[in-house]
Amino acid sequence: MSELIRNTARGLSQLLHAGEVSAREVAEAHLDRIAEVDEQVHAFLHIDRGYSLSRADEIDAKRRSGAAMGPLAGVPLALKDVLAMKGQPTTCGSRMLEHWRPPYDATVVERLHAADVVILGKTNMDEFAMGSSTEFSAYGPTHNPWDLTRIPGGSGGGSAAALAAFEAPLAIGTDTGGSIRQPAAVTGTVGVKPTYGAVSRYGLVALASSLDQPGPCARTVEDTALLHMAIAGHDPRDSTSLDRPVDDMVAAAQRRDLTGMRVGLVRELSGEGFQAGVQQRFEEAVALFTSLGADVVEVSCPSFDYALAAYYLILPSECSSNLAKFDGMRYGLRAGDDGDHSVEQVMGMTRAAGFGPEVTRRIMLGTYALSSGYYDAYYGSAQKVRTLIQRDFNAAFANCDVLISPTAPTTAFRIGEKLDDPLAMYLNDIATIPVNLAGNCGMSLPIGLAPEDGLPVGLQIIAPINGDAKLYEAGGALEAALLDRWGHHILEEAPAL
Amino acid sequence: MSGITRAEVAHLAKLARLTIDDVHLDHYAEQLNVIIESVARVSEVAGEDVPATSHPVPLINVMRSDVHHEGLTNAEALANAPAQEDGRFRVPRILDEE
Repeated sequence: MSELIRNTARGLSQLLHAGEVSAREVAEAHLDRIAEVDEQVHAFLHIDRGYSLSRADEIDAKRRSGAAMGPLAGVPLALKDVLAMKGQPTTCGSRMLEHWRPPYDATVVERLHAADVVILGKTNMDEFAMGSSTEFSAYGPTHNPWDLTRIPGGSGGGSAAALAAFEAPLAIGTDTGGSIRQPAAVTGTVGVKPTYGAVSRYGLVALASSLDQPGPCARTVEDTALLHMAIAGHDPRDSTSLDRPVDDMVAAAQRRDLTGMRVGLVRELSGEGFQAGVQQRFEEAVALFTSLGADVVEVSCPSFDYALAAYYLILPSECSSNLAKFDGMRYGLRAGDDGDHSVEQVMGMTRAAGFGPEVTRRIMLGTYALSSGYYDAYYGSAQKVRTLIQRDFNAAFANCDVLISPTAPTTAFRIGEKLDDPLAMYLNDIATIPVNLAGNCGMSLPIGLAPEDGLPVGLQIIAPINGDAKLYEAGGALEAALLDRWGHHILEEAPAL
Repeated sequence: MSGITRAEVAHLAKLARLTIDDVHLDHYAEQLNVIIESVARVSEVAGEDVPATSHPVPLINVMRSDVHHEGLTNAEALANAPAQEDGRFRVPRILDEE
């Protein structure tokens, strides 16, 4: 069975289609792998083996009946615990929602069901998606399969670690400031933050509504493209959903021709502050782009220097407002309701008991940034920076098809290293945040291991709004060239669990 | 825009309905100060003429059609309630006692 867990979604799909393996056998192989290694990795918060196997049986029966099956039918997937799944725990990594069972499915989940994907379980994350290491989960950290003493990135560290530990070939993440791309980078996997509005946010528990975007994660660019196409598309239940057709991401991933593609190297997103081994692998990837026929030029986006500051005003502002609904009245945790306390006191005790330190910090920061007297200086200025960042992107894309940078400034750091230093933690997202502020799209894919620590390095590819197919075009070609050079997938170099 | 005081942090916690004890209040005040000092530079860069962007993709007045559809049943809506009574959410007292 071990060859099943190392296979791609595409490869499993072919075996399933040919009848060489059943959806149940594929699901069992992955559930067995989870049972074997997840005590060490802790990628999952919830597994419902009975549900997953009965779902696999339904899909096998449907295939036997001769029904037309989609490309991902019977392929297993790990779902980030921030997306509502009817009747299943959806904790967002928080004590606040420990016992919540959503009465509805997120649109992404509905689409996964429609594609006959087998959902294996819900993955660990920083509480309410706030963090870059998964250490802020109320249920304990996830460990990086490359080195169990290190973080798997965040907030979607569970989804990325599940892929890297061969517990699932596909995963769903959400990306507000890099929560899909940075975990992909530090685990040697692939992740895409689609254009804002390309994938419905209905049923995604909101962190910052103008920045949040669900997206696909996998071990290969083509698998990521397959999942992207399964979940993208207009949804009338999300008023910010884009009403346009979904481009053929899979065809783009398979094109493998970069001749004449204009690739912009963003001066502000590399060099100083980036680990030497990260910079070295990045420069090699730049050379590879050139040797594949791309035209690499340097571009400057000066306002990116202010992106992190703007982000840490806009995000807390939106989050302090979005998380106001967790008041312990209609669902979720309620604390201190002993008959002696007023509703206001119960709300205060509930929120103090239900939220961890990072969520508390950001709620207070957002409350501050939105207070009268500070609003213009902080929130208002941050929104202007957002305009400047969009203008920088527009200028860069006038001359380039895609932009590139390292995804994260360092490889995976050690668990505990930055836990009580918020600013050091925030710097992990320095290269990924501009994309969320401007609403365009980005991918991270592995480009090698840093020589000094042997840990994965990610390359970020950035495309304009609705240019998601360009990510797959550039990423697919680069990945093929790297696989040729290495002779194997980078995860083959990870130590055995 | 210099420094946030401990009293201000206590006020923010009250506004945000977060019951925080004195020890933690000091810790949060210290950390918020560091963060605010670092993000305050946003006000240096954009001039009066730069418009604000609240949302990456401008969409205006997206409406759904005004048709009836089924929502949650009473039982479904109450299934996650921390406390309920007579088919309704039960909440702590709202008015202070005399």
